[in-house]
Amino acid sequence: MPSDSAIALSRDGIPRDGHATAAEHVFRFVCRIAALTVAGLLLAVFAVLANNAAPALSTFGPGFLITEVWNPVTEKFGAFAPICGTLITSLIAMLIGMPLAVGSALFLNEVCPHRLRGPLIVAIELLAAVPSIIYGMWGLLVLAPFLSTHFQPFMTEWVGPLPIIGALFVGPPFGIGMLTAGIILGFMVLPFIASVSCQVFAAIDPVLREAAYGVGATSWEVCKNVILPHSRAGLLGASMLGLGRALGETMAVTFVIGNAHHISSSLFAPGTTISASLANEFTEAVGDLYLSSLQALGLVLFVITFFVLAAARLMLKNIEKKAAK
Amino acid sequence: MINDGAYALSRQRQFANLAMMGACAFAAFLAVLVLALILWHLLMRGFDALTLDTFTMTTPPPGSKGGLLNPILGSLAMTGAGIAVAAPLGVLSGTYLAEYGRHSRVAHGVRFINDILLSAPSIIIGLFVYSVMVVPMSHFSGWAGAAALALVAVPVIVRTTEDVLRLVPASLREAAFALGVPYWRFIVSVAWRAARTGILTGILLAVARISGETAPLLFTALNNQFFASSMNAPTASLPVVIFQFAMSPYHDWQRLAWAGALLISATVLLINVLARWLARQRR
Repeated sequence: MPSDSAIALSRDGIPRDGHATAAEHVFRFVCRIAALTVAGLLLAVFAVLANNAAPALSTFGPGFLITEVWNPVTEKFGAFAPICGTLITSLIAMLIGMPLAVGSALFLNEVCPHRLRGPLIVAIELLAAVPSIIYGMWGLLVLAPFLSTHFQPFMTEWVGPLPIIGALFVGPPFGIGMLTAGIILGFMVLPFIASVSCQVFAAIDPVLREAAYGVGATSWEVCKNVILPHSRAGLLGASMLGLGRALGETMAVTFVIGNAHHISSSLFAPGTTISASLANEFTEAVGDLYLSSLQALGLVLFVITFFVLAAARLMLKNIEKKAAK
Repeated sequence: MINDGAYALSRQRQFANLAMMGACAFAAFLAVLVLALILWHLLMRGFDALTLDTFTMTTPPPGSKGGLLNPILGSLAMTGAGIAVAAPLGVLSGTYLAEYGRHSRVAHGVRFINDILLSAPSIIIGLFVYSVMVVPMSHFSGWAGAAALALVAVPVIVRTTEDVLRLVPASLREAAFALGVPYWRFIVSVAWRAARTGILTGILLAVARISGETAPLLFTALNNQFFASSMNAPTASLPVVIFQFAMSPYHDWQRLAWAGALLISATVLLINVLARWLARQRR
């Protein structure tokens, strides 16, 4: 039964016979303005950012996106290091967060004992509720020292000499750097991907699952052959949602990224991301070109995140409709 | 019958099942482990640093005694002001999306934009409010900080309000119309009243979200070592002070940062628990 019934009103609920009072029109107008304000916000943000970034973009041209130099003294700015840092840390975050999240969701849905399910769901939602600055503090003051004493020297000695992947894991054991930032980000996006994955898995027709169990498949075979193939679009949407979050994350990354406008081949080296650059340098920027370059960085981040989140939403639309039924 | 050899699982399948489901269990365990580690360190180091001074003294220079009074008050003021703006805006927008605009294409677009704003980087919001409020006013202010927090809270409230209003049963609407109640009257007296716990839960979740937000405040409210003379001056807030103190090389500042982190986390987690309890009461 549809949740909205056929009533003899115009589309928006105002009585057709013209007996609507002024109060009705006023209330509807107020609600409409509120909704349009929310929509206009996105356009306003884009317009303001583009306007402020225009001086930098017109000075440096499209080369702005692929220049690594970032020199406030000579006023030469290039977005390549922050953009690369953002993409690399987000990639590491997805490589860590995606398998852990999908694994947790599969565990919750298939194998988890009933009494454990509730507390586990609460724990994963609490992981999402922890503010990002707490993740950053924990990363800087707990995880980074741990990595620099126990993980990085070990990796440099054993994995470093290997031919290709060795180059990724060499360097002084600072503890902070791209890898640490990626790890923290991975655990930050894990709960978001896990909760959407849970919804996606629950939206699969139970008949399929029961039929698979009925012919004698093990839990893992059901996951591999029934659940995962049927949830490809949903999982892709969930991962894009997580990616959107990871791209824009500021505080957790600023603490542990090391803030160096460099691209290095090693993951142990410090770097920077767009949001970390903005957080660190914006209040200290002197000069119009410096400020405008930072705003241009913000514009780049906004555009990337917009496309990623729009793609995520398109992929998850059908899942949400099914889950609501 | 069950243990008949012809029907038994091959060892390879058994092993694969055990290995992969074990890996899934390990994934879930790892997630909970990280949460437990974070909470453990928060409690251990935060309680250590939490004294009466934390609540009665202002932020100190490194090496002196002090507390977190001005950031706590600043955060309370800006969060309160932000929610005071965001709650009406969000509830009215959510009402439009759920009631008047259920089928219109404009509402479809608004819903899409709202979902994008929900996950958009909050530092971009801070950048926007800087250009729109701080530059024309030519100084940082608590009002700009509150505005940035409001912009972060609105999409959360819109989403939860719309979801909750959609759950109001159609029979209530039909009964109201059958009695000749105007649509706006139905929304205000029936729909909002039926959904009031859900709307309150949404507002609480938005409060929890903006209590921990740092990035929007970095270039709107800036920071303040002392009490802000008014909301029109740069205002200290707990997340920004934690940012400043935790990244510093001074041990007493780092201790205060842990205390502040414990306060924020306790607030956020308590609000989440409260919201969850309210949602369960609704049933």
